[in-house]
Amino acid sequence: MKDWNWRLISTHAILIVGVLFMSLPVWVAFATSTHAPETILREGLQLWPGSHFLETYREVLFVEGGVMKSVLGTTMLKNSLILGIGFAIGKVVISMLAAYAIVYFRFRLAVPLFWVIFMTLLLPLEVRIIPSYEVVAGLGLLDTHFGLIVPLIASATGTFFFRQFFRSVPDELLEAARLDGATAWGFFIDILVPLSKTMIAAILIIMFVVGWNQYLWPLIMTTKEENYTLVIGIKQIYQILAEGGELPQYQKAFALTILATLPPVLVVLVFQNWFVKGLVESEK
Amino acid sequence: MANVQLRGVRKTYPNGAVAVRGVDMVVEDGEFIVFVGPSGCGKSTLLRMIAGLEKITEGDISIEDRRINDVSPADRDVAMVFQNYALYPHMTVRGNMSYGLKNRGMPKDEINRKVEEAAELLRISDFLDRQPNQLSGGQRQRVAMGRAIVREPKVFLFDEPLSNLDAKLRVQMRIEIKRLQRRLNVTSIYVTHDQTEAMTLADRLAVINDGKIEQIGAPIDLYNNPASLFVASFIGSPQVNLLPVTFDGSRLINGELAIDGFSDLPQSTPLVLGIRPDDLSQASHGQFTMRVDIVEQHGADNLIYGALHGITNAEEDGAEFCFKASHDLLPPLESSLSLGFDASKAMVFDQQSGQRLI
Repeated sequence: MKDWNWRLISTHAILIVGVLFMSLPVWVAFATSTHAPETILREGLQLWPGSHFLETYREVLFVEGGVMKSVLGTTMLKNSLILGIGFAIGKVVISMLAAYAIVYFRFRLAVPLFWVIFMTLLLPLEVRIIPSYEVVAGLGLLDTHFGLIVPLIASATGTFFFRQFFRSVPDELLEAARLDGATAWGFFIDILVPLSKTMIAAILIIMFVVGWNQYLWPLIMTTKEENYTLVIGIKQIYQILAEGGELPQYQKAFALTILATLPPVLVVLVFQNWFVKGLVESEK
Repeated sequence: MANVQLRGVRKTYPNGAVAVRGVDMVVEDGEFIVFVGPSGCGKSTLLRMIAGLEKITEGDISIEDRRINDVSPADRDVAMVFQNYALYPHMTVRGNMSYGLKNRGMPKDEINRKVEEAAELLRISDFLDRQPNQLSGGQRQRVAMGRAIVREPKVFLFDEPLSNLDAKLRVQMRIEIKRLQRRLNVTSIYVTHDQTEAMTLADRLAVINDGKIEQIGAPIDLYNNPASLFVASFIGSPQVNLLPVTFDGSRLINGELAIDGFSDLPQSTPLVLGIRPDDLSQASHGQFTMRVDIVEQHGADNLIYGALHGITNAEEDGAEFCFKASHDLLPPLESSLSLGFDASKAMVFDQQSGQRLI
């Protein structure tokens, strides 16, 4: 009994240390964001919440000139949502179609093509960022949502996951559907997509977070302030703070950081059941 | 309803493996044909070629005199029941049964009417709004059959549909399939490796071995009159007793054993004598003496297994004879039993070619 207690306490102690280690910075950012700029300048980072919560967040989100020169926090939030959602949906659609072609159509180059796609996993965006920029700029798509999202939606990871999933779907289902007169498109929409529900959910969640956190690409793709995403905004706000002759508005920078963290956290919390299911379950 | 003709049908896979080597046959209108054979004999491939799921390498298949080699599976007017049911897991029973009709552009109320009729016939009306994972094995089997029936196809194809069920349910569903086929009178082709299923279901039975039809005919004819050693040993449970012998001009010889009553057999080649367990009987001076090894009591009858006296290969696996006796014959183990048989019911095969000689 004593031994058991000791083990319980020690494991929990380790867990608690881990949780503190991960969440304390977030907490400090939040607590600091609720203080007046004078307090922060005088006393540094704050551990306990202050009294300026509503004021700071209202200014960041809704007041023109409150955070950037002209753009509102809500506009950046909207831009980030469009990028995150478009990025996630685009990746799922493209990679499902690619995987469908690779698994179900016996064309000559299916296997080598799959490995070519797979190899692109080794090439991060940064490697091809200049040619990608050239293409998008040449097409006149700078500062558009289309130009921001489309160059990013090819996904080797997604294609790989869907390929593995489709390969585990029994062949008899395809054969039964063929006898039932389903077309290639019909089989995909009526059978494969509903079967992949949990898998789609899991990939949507991962990709939303990845898209939301994109930094470098939106940074070079957007030149106008009204197209900034939250993640870009955070970077810019520090720059503005450094330039201005007034009191640095650190509380607003922290508030923006907290706002940028919230949506991905909410998505993961709300959909975590689906997420876990999609990764472990193989009910067919 | 339609007849199905196969002419010189062959299947060679891209890797060179030959699955079907020349099959010619006609399945008559409304007939229930069973393909039976050991696993890997090509029976499933043959069925899948009729369904359109495998390409035909050579030869022709026609349904109702229409050549269907290049017709897509959906347009062949055949329906198939798969071994693992292949129900769409995310659709309800109703969805599963109506999917094929929907793809054919049938109006909704007609689909509903047909689905409900078929469900009634199969006694699954109560489950129409459930999903397959909420059903038992037997119910899923019925849904799979329902999906085939609603389409009112010209030909039913069954690919070992009962092999995932437990023994009791298998017998039940076997009877149900037979009854259903009688009632709908649709040409049916059924693949199985289970000889009991084959014997009980078939109007005609095609025994397939190594990609060829070994023999085709009414089940009881195949049982009584097998054309080859393969058919004789495949059909019948318990299996036929086989004894390697040679012919010396008047008797069949194995070791010290000599059996009278045979003539006109080749003397130079090794032969095999085959006797069904139920053709053996107890006799005071029979041809064989059996040393009782095991007695299986099946209730109505007893199966008595034992080695024969005097033969050279008595100790080998599979050399034991089986004697089907009535339930009141219960000889003590290790005792000797004198067995006789009617020479007219015995079968003699050429050991090399497997051909039936007598």
